[in-house]
Amino acid sequence: MPSVTSSVENSVTDASRRDFLKGSIAGALVIGISLSTGTRHALASAQSAAFTPNAFLRISEDNVITVISGTVEMGQGVLTAIPMLVAEELDADWSRIRFEQAPTAAVYNNPAFGMQATGGSTTVRAFWAPMRKAGATARHMLVAAAAQQWQVPVSSLTTANGFVVASDGRKASYGSLVALAAQQPVPTDPALKDPKDFKILGKALKRLDTPAKTNGSAKFGLDAPKLPGMVVAVMARAPLPGAKPRSVDSAKALAVKGVVQVLTIPNGIAVLATGYWAAKTGRDQLVIDWDMGEHAGLSSEKISELLEAKAQMAQTAGVVALETGDIANASGKNLEATYQAPYLAHATMEPLNCTAWLKPDSLELWTGTQGQGPLQNILSSITKVAPENIKINVFLLGGGFGRRIAPDFAIDATVLSMVSGKPVKLIFSREDDMAAGFYRPASVTRLSASLDAQGRPVKLNVGVGTPSIAVASGFIPLPPSGLDGQAMEGIADHPYDIPNQRIAYGRAEPGPQVWFWRSVGHSQNIFFMESFMDELAHAAGQDPYHYRHGLLGHQPRYKAVLEAAAEKAGWGKPLPKGVFRGIAVGQSFGSYVAEVAEVSVDAEGQPKVHRVVAAVDCGMTVNPEIIRRQIEGAIVYGLSAALYGRISYKDGRVEQGNFNDYPVLRMNAMPKVEVHILPSTEAPGGIGEPGLPPLAPALANAIYAATGKRVRQLPIDPNLLKKA
Amino acid sequence: MIRFNLNGQSVSIDADPDMPLLWALREDLELTGTKFGCGAALCGACTVHLDGKAIRSCSTPLSLVEGKHVTTIEAVSAERVGAAVQAAWVAHDVPQCGYCQSGQIMSAVALLAQKPKPTDADIDSAMSGNICRCGTYNQIRAAIKDAATTLSGGAR
Ligand code: FES
Ligand code: FES
Repeated sequence: MPSVTSSVENSVTDASRRDFLKGSIAGALVIGISLSTGTRHALASAQSAAFTPNAFLRISEDNVITVISGTVEMGQGVLTAIPMLVAEELDADWSRIRFEQAPTAAVYNNPAFGMQATGGSTTVRAFWAPMRKAGATARHMLVAAAAQQWQVPVSSLTTANGFVVASDGRKASYGSLVALAAQQPVPTDPALKDPKDFKILGKALKRLDTPAKTNGSAKFGLDAPKLPGMVVAVMARAPLPGAKPRSVDSAKALAVKGVVQVLTIPNGIAVLATGYWAAKTGRDQLVIDWDMGEHAGLSSEKISELLEAKAQMAQTAGVVALETGDIANASGKNLEATYQAPYLAHATMEPLNCTAWLKPDSLELWTGTQGQGPLQNILSSITKVAPENIKINVFLLGGGFGRRIAPDFAIDATVLSMVSGKPVKLIFSREDDMAAGFYRPASVTRLSASLDAQGRPVKLNVGVGTPSIAVASGFIPLPPSGLDGQAMEGIADHPYDIPNQRIAYGRAEPGPQVWFWRSVGHSQNIFFMESFMDELAHAAGQDPYHYRHGLLGHQPRYKAVLEAAAEKAGWGKPLPKGVFRGIAVGQSFGSYVAEVAEVSVDAEGQPKVHRVVAAVDCGMTVNPEIIRRQIEGAIVYGLSAALYGRISYKDGRVEQGNFNDYPVLRMNAMPKVEVHILPSTEAPGGIGEPGLPPLAPALANAIYAATGKRVRQLPIDPNLLKKA
Repeated sequence: MIRFNLNGQSVSIDADPDMPLLWALREDLELTGTKFGCGAALCGACTVHLDGKAIRSCSTPLSLVEGKHVTTIEAVSAERVGAAVQAAWVAHDVPQCGYCQSGQIMSAVALLAQKPKPTDADIDSAMSGNICRCGTYNQIRAAIKDAATTLSGGAR
């Protein structure tokens, strides 16, 4: 997703001043703020939003405060973080806070994107100011109501824990004031607290969604209600973009008991049945001859060749992302390396699914999506149903990691409902989820450096060969230069003092559909850069921690997390026999993370990670426990990728299909994880993604320390690490 | 017609005996707490108890369930071990996205019912069939140990 700039918050604050809405509905004080990015388009939607019943919080007479979240819950904790932001400024009683997932409406647009979408680790960054303002506004009006009721000056009143308190000790609960509060004028600019007065923000409060997630009552997209006449669809999806069925023999599928219909739609062939089992059994009986078009015979070898050629080209003729000094004038001891990272599937725990019901003038969806805003427009253009008549019921997401911002599964469910005339619940089999996925791009990157007599790098020349997610997504136009910022993030913005550099992009498009994957370009590029830095340190004969530290002169936040991770991990102190450390650091989505991995490698070359110590500077915090869990979760996700993750191609087909051939980390390989959060008064950074990028290089650098063998290709191949 | 006892009540359903229990639970009996993750006994999201043992319902045909007792996440708190495990899960705020957690809890309850004081190795072997893509393994381990302490009469 596009990166968020600090100007987002300012424009949000201005817009919210203009677009404040209020109203009293059924004994509840409803406070809402229209958010916009300040562009003409966004202003228009903000105005139309005034006609929709929209709100961010609702206070009812029984003192229950319901906070409504425009971004969706996929594990990252927004259904707790958003209420915390509101509750802080409202001086609410936390035990009376409830959450609600917002409907689809422009009023809930994510200020970072100007549309209703969740991604790019933006929720806290983008909603930090507007949600606090929503709470402060409500508090202001409740105080004004109490002042009117008691005929005392506003200045004599305070608030605490869900009550307005008078100087003489009288108290009124917020619930008792709702009717009067709704009649008060709306403040244009209610004061926000000084962060040092925060009582809720920065506290490790329990997640609000935990109880439902431990008793089976939490509802995910797959748990959408049974609709009258509904059929379940399982598809055989096109193996690669552009592939078309030359012929389909559906006779055997139709013979399966429960199968109702077989339909060919643009993205594949669907078997519609009375339930999943019949649909899946029917799908497995389809005989399809695919015309693979230009991708016939695609293989991982061909992909690597293409990417490598582009990386090589980029070192001399690519699109320049960063240039300093003159690499032609620098010389010294030369090092060169070629690194490679594979395509990766998201493999969310909940397979993709969507239930769609198209009626003559309306469309209703039940699904877990990261992008309900764009989806409404896309589906409107397909079905010709007006966007306001498209209702999207957003459920909890059983993992997102970027995959669920894609519209494909919702489009297919809608098209199937359109063609069949029935409500359709489309469920991806795990195999289709895996093998017809939207993947983290593969990348080949070549790095060359020269070291001076002291071992300091005086030259760095990098060529990155990788596809463009921006182009594949259709969300983000490339500039005329053709530079894809996300293809270069994590490497073109590396923090080290190097006088002469040229870092350039060579776009390669081998064919597979590429997509945003947890931490996006940082996921490969920080692996390349931080591994290569380790190579430079060793070539210079220096300790990898001290070497990095000496090159971070202008980067206090990088330096601080690097120091903290090294100190907490006991860098330089003895370890049990056979265990070695590696270190890496990175910044992404506005947060700085350094990680130290403690690793041993057995005689078969199998690495085992014993402990990972992370230090994080993510600015001011909302909920430190959720932050620690997100960092730990990103470490696990990164570890799965580094140790096992690979989508490979043979004869135009993906070779993986389920968790047997696309393994992920399990309990028996789980390391201890320690996460240390550095105190900070900086603006909040993102937290869902930044823990991931430093993991792979910290692990690979520890493997080098253990074996003397440099991992330049992911996933790690134990065969290359075996003792000779 | 296949008859079995589900969460203490007898149920009968008219379905293909080859159909996995998972889909009977989710689609016919509309108990959606049990999740679909892989359909191939590889992820543990669909774990339920069959006569007290943890099984993968996605790969257990209905024919094998005839006449037996099935317990799902919806009823697991009705007995002591289940209640303790669920309470420990809440105390440790284990879930992130939450999708794997029904299966994790069912596996943990079966483990503790068999081994009231599991070692780390016991936890590894009982829980490694349950994938969590959000990476909550350390919190799961801590919650299991905590529940074990509660069940043995110790304070949490
Ligand atoms: S769904 Fe049954 S083990 Fe994965
Ligand atoms: S909590 Fe998300 S998969 Fe386990």
